[in-house]
Amino acid sequence: MSTALDIDALVKDAEVAISAARTTEDIRQVATEVGGKKSPLAEAHRGLGALEPEARKELGRLLHEARTTIDSLVECRRTEIRFAEMQATMESDRIDLSEFIPGAVKSSPTRGHLHLVSQTRDALEDVFVGMGYEVAEGPDIETDWFNFGALNIPPAHPARGMWDTFYLNLGAPESTLLRTHTSPVQIHLMEAAVANGDLPIHAVIPGRCYRRDTPDARHLPVFHQIEGLVVDKGITFADLAGTIEVFTAAYFGSDIHSRLRPAYFPFTEPSAEFEVTCTICHGDGCRTCSQTGWIELGGCGMVDPAVFDAVGIDPDLWTGFAFGFGIDRCAQMRHQIADMRALNENDLRFLRQF
Amino acid sequence: MRVPLSWLRDFAPFDGDPADLAATLDDLGLVVEEIQRMGEGLGDVVIARVDDITPISGADKIRRIVVDAGDGPIEVVCGAWNFELGDLVPLAPVGAVLPGGFAIGRRKMKGVVSNGMLCSGRELELSDDGEGIMVLNRVEGAYPGQRFTEAMGIETDVVFDIAVEANRPDAWSIAGVARDLAARLGLPFAFPVTDGGVSASVGEVGAAIETLTSVRVDDLELCPRFTARVVTGVVVGPSPKWVADRLSLAGMRSINNVVDASNYVMLELGQPTHPYDLDRLGGGGLVIRRAAKGETITTLDGVVRMLGRPGPGLGDTGEDCLICDTEGTPVGIGGVMGGASSEIGVDTTRVLLETAYFVPMAIARTSKRLALRTEASARYERGCDPEGIDRAADRFCELLAMTAGSSASVASGTIDLRGDVPTPVKLAVRVSRVNELLGTGFTSSQIASLLDPIGISVLEVRADDEDPDVGLLQVTVPTFRPDIRSAPMGESDIIEEIARTYGYSRLPRRMPAWPQPGRLTVYQQDRRRLKEVLCGLGASESWTSTFVSAFDQTMSGVDPPYIEVTNPLVESERYLRTSMVPGLVRAVVYNSERRQGDIRLFEVGTVFNYPESPPVDPEAGPAADMSERLCAVFCAEGDDAWTAVAAWHAIAEALAIADWSMLPAGGPTAAVLHAYRSAGLSSVVETPPDEFGLTSKSTQLGVVGELDPHIVGSLGLLGRDGRARRVGWLDLDIGTLLNRDSVPRKPEASRPISRFPSSDLDLAFAVDNDTPTGAVERALRRAGGEELESVELFDVFRGDVVGDGRRSLAFRLRLCSIDHTLDDGELAELRSRCIAAVEKGGKAALR
Repeated sequence: MSTALDIDALVKDAEVAISAARTTEDIRQVATEVGGKKSPLAEAHRGLGALEPEARKELGRLLHEARTTIDSLVECRRTEIRFAEMQATMESDRIDLSEFIPGAVKSSPTRGHLHLVSQTRDALEDVFVGMGYEVAEGPDIETDWFNFGALNIPPAHPARGMWDTFYLNLGAPESTLLRTHTSPVQIHLMEAAVANGDLPIHAVIPGRCYRRDTPDARHLPVFHQIEGLVVDKGITFADLAGTIEVFTAAYFGSDIHSRLRPAYFPFTEPSAEFEVTCTICHGDGCRTCSQTGWIELGGCGMVDPAVFDAVGIDPDLWTGFAFGFGIDRCAQMRHQIADMRALNENDLRFLRQF
Repeated sequence: MRVPLSWLRDFAPFDGDPADLAATLDDLGLVVEEIQRMGEGLGDVVIARVDDITPISGADKIRRIVVDAGDGPIEVVCGAWNFELGDLVPLAPVGAVLPGGFAIGRRKMKGVVSNGMLCSGRELELSDDGEGIMVLNRVEGAYPGQRFTEAMGIETDVVFDIAVEANRPDAWSIAGVARDLAARLGLPFAFPVTDGGVSASVGEVGAAIETLTSVRVDDLELCPRFTARVVTGVVVGPSPKWVADRLSLAGMRSINNVVDASNYVMLELGQPTHPYDLDRLGGGGLVIRRAAKGETITTLDGVVRMLGRPGPGLGDTGEDCLICDTEGTPVGIGGVMGGASSEIGVDTTRVLLETAYFVPMAIARTSKRLALRTEASARYERGCDPEGIDRAADRFCELLAMTAGSSASVASGTIDLRGDVPTPVKLAVRVSRVNELLGTGFTSSQIASLLDPIGISVLEVRADDEDPDVGLLQVTVPTFRPDIRSAPMGESDIIEEIARTYGYSRLPRRMPAWPQPGRLTVYQQDRRRLKEVLCGLGASESWTSTFVSAFDQTMSGVDPPYIEVTNPLVESERYLRTSMVPGLVRAVVYNSERRQGDIRLFEVGTVFNYPESPPVDPEAGPAADMSERLCAVFCAEGDDAWTAVAAWHAIAEALAIADWSMLPAGGPTAAVLHAYRSAGLSSVVETPPDEFGLTSKSTQLGVVGELDPHIVGSLGLLGRDGRARRVGWLDLDIGTLLNRDSVPRKPEASRPISRFPSSDLDLAFAVDNDTPTGAVERALRRAGGEELESVELFDVFRGDVVGDGRRSLAFRLRLCSIDHTLDDGELAELRSRCIAAVEKGGKAALR
């Protein structure tokens, strides 16, 4: 007849046996010994039937607890052993990689391909470098201040609805986020230029951005943008319009033109959206451009005095313009990619086309 | 916003081709996304009576129908079954062109000639019902042969669907669009005259409002202006057709005459109003106050809302404006949504109309926090016109008096409670600044003529007749343009208005030039070179997700915490990646499932680690740990750790890294956890005279080797044998690698090439297994000094001859002097120097 004391001893014995196991085979055997059909535990269980209901209930509960403890001990030890064996294999398989004999490795018969987005980004960068721009970059994670506040978009501003934001659990709620555009780099550039006393700025800023959009044929929640910022003396809206026109022809071809129309962005004033001649129909009107002959490409405008104010630039001394548009969108237009999602599927049959 | 042309014409005599009007609207920044031509294509459709229905032999879906459209029997074939003999139906006769350009011709089906088509609501673009044809028996006065449009009262119209920018609450109304358009076209703009319903009040002339209700505003900060009007003797019922039609064209459903009047005014003037059933307000009046913490209200949509508690939004302190009756029961969330208890019902007879101005920022916060965005809140948060309230209230009363039955009567007077409402902004605009910013040569009178028609009045303070640089204008901005700021920022806003009304397309263009050269940074140039090297090695560049699951993080071998996204799109994208390995391995799986061979992939991207300390100063920049890395996986046939090692050699060569070492990776770093046969890479900056250079001062660059098969298997990359595929792996911190200060490059200055013959020297050593080959090679290099042209490992051998725990490493040394031919003595001297250097620590011996 089993008692509570017996059960404690039973668990202790099992524990000793389990911790003595050294190999996968050991633990398999031990598991059978302490928990299998012929184990003392199973034996005690079989004895239950002979007991009075009250005693049966009590002992049954104790046996169940013992079973749970033993099972988890076995599982723990099994994991430990597996890990140790894995480590041992890796240790014995270890090789000295500096034992490298040049020529012993077969070289690839084919050449790899740069991602279409990289190729597009490089091409855009090259156009702007040719126009006198430097290329600047900035971090993917920003604070609310750089992504919104300094760009004249205070908290709860209705314009925030223009950007669905991914927030991060870092610091105060909604204080840290994934940048929704490359514009915060404008702030970094201007602050640095003010601190170092080296205005003017002529820079393009390519980079990855994030918006909480469900992916579809024209939108990806993670995408790439390129942004331009010029802060100099005597810069006008005419310079902005001229720059857009020159860039458009340089990148898309001399038969592609641009036009501006009024729009709203909190960080530019006056603001504009710019459209370029539809690259499919060359302005005749087709389905892609909804018969208008124009395709919307990006936004632009003169740097808002509130933005200059945030970074400490005197707007009476310096003026500037900024523009921005999607790199992926350019690639989509130029290569007639029906569904944007092809860009991050990483299908080699797609990647190897470019 | 849907804007019917007929409604625009209430404000100015617009004429001409709708497409031209749309182009003008586009150019004003009121972008027309769609032009809908109502009633177009219905002109040929007539009413017909069904006179005969007979089956067609051999057809069970279609029947032969004979109809009469006033000129005798017409035979058609029809597939619908929802009508009977004598029904009135729409007939599109042969030659008709339906909406969407569908031309009706004579057709023969199963031997029966069909001379037209009986139409469904969908075919006429009047409804979504495409199941059966329209049955028009209930249309009053309809008769066979009558024009369908006449019978149905359909008027042709054009509806522009306009995308209004977030900063233009004024343009989010028919009147606002009409104002801008009229200004550009030089047409007179005027509001229709209204007397506030006084002349339309046919019931008993109204009592004074003070005798009917009372209003108190306890919080003039949240609600700086509140007005109330009362209309009595109202009979709630359907709106007249012209009101319902206009609402429908503008995209709103007709509810009843009271609600419709409110919506009509909002669409027309941009001012939301809220009608209460006065008899359902406890105490018969209103009190406007700030909601107490945790106070609740049941809104019109039947949802219980909790108010007064701060939300997660940055700077949200939980301030809500609550409208209560005078007994204290909440009856509405100010500017957002009314309460259920005082909703207009069929038995309403006395209407209290609220027309107010709420503080935009407070509405924005309340609306966001409650996730409750209404037509009203969307307008209030952008900023309504505090001085447009009177016109809106008058218009509502007028409409209601016209539509709410013969006893309707507008009470005299208005309750008007005011705090500090925005007043017209006055600011100085420099003519010189206008032209400096736009690159134009406008005079002050030109500027005035551009601003006046959109309601911005201009007073010339200083004339610019002689010199445009001295011109100074005093402009006054109406309160319906809250987007225009005060001085000094507002000057730019005015300049935009000048440019916009003039037309962006007419402004000059110029290509700017500056003396500074454009360029890529050295880092950017090197990064491009790095990618090209990888391409040369047969690897294609990938773009894998920045967002990963907790499982992928575990596979990356990095311990929590991870940077977590507060609002991920899906659970499997909750974290920011700490490694590109899981993404790339999955990309390999994706491609091998699609039978692609020679899979080698790489990515240059950012990985994210949880910062040591959370961000403190938001203006000092983000306190997150981000680094740019290169990650490559080599998974072509026969690829393994050595493929990755070869890749590293190619990169080091291409970047001309001055000195680097490859040592077995050790320590519990992320890199090691998912490495299998791996080595850490470091740049050697300075080597102290240690036997094998093991203690050199170095900078960690990354790791090279093979991925742990357990991880490869867990990520699903299995070979045909069911075991994990072998994956060569290279992972570099390129922020460090490309930093020339911490990772020196070979000197820029050239070295002269020797004109004298060189000699080769082969040396084989038995070396302890735990001594890296690189260390031996380094020792040889140092001992060889200037005379050592090159050293290369050419054979590795293990076996009993070498001894347990050792292997034989054979090097070929090429020796040469710059100024003479090395003689035997010098070669022997060099040989012993090299051997001594390697044997020095006792871990290697010449064989």
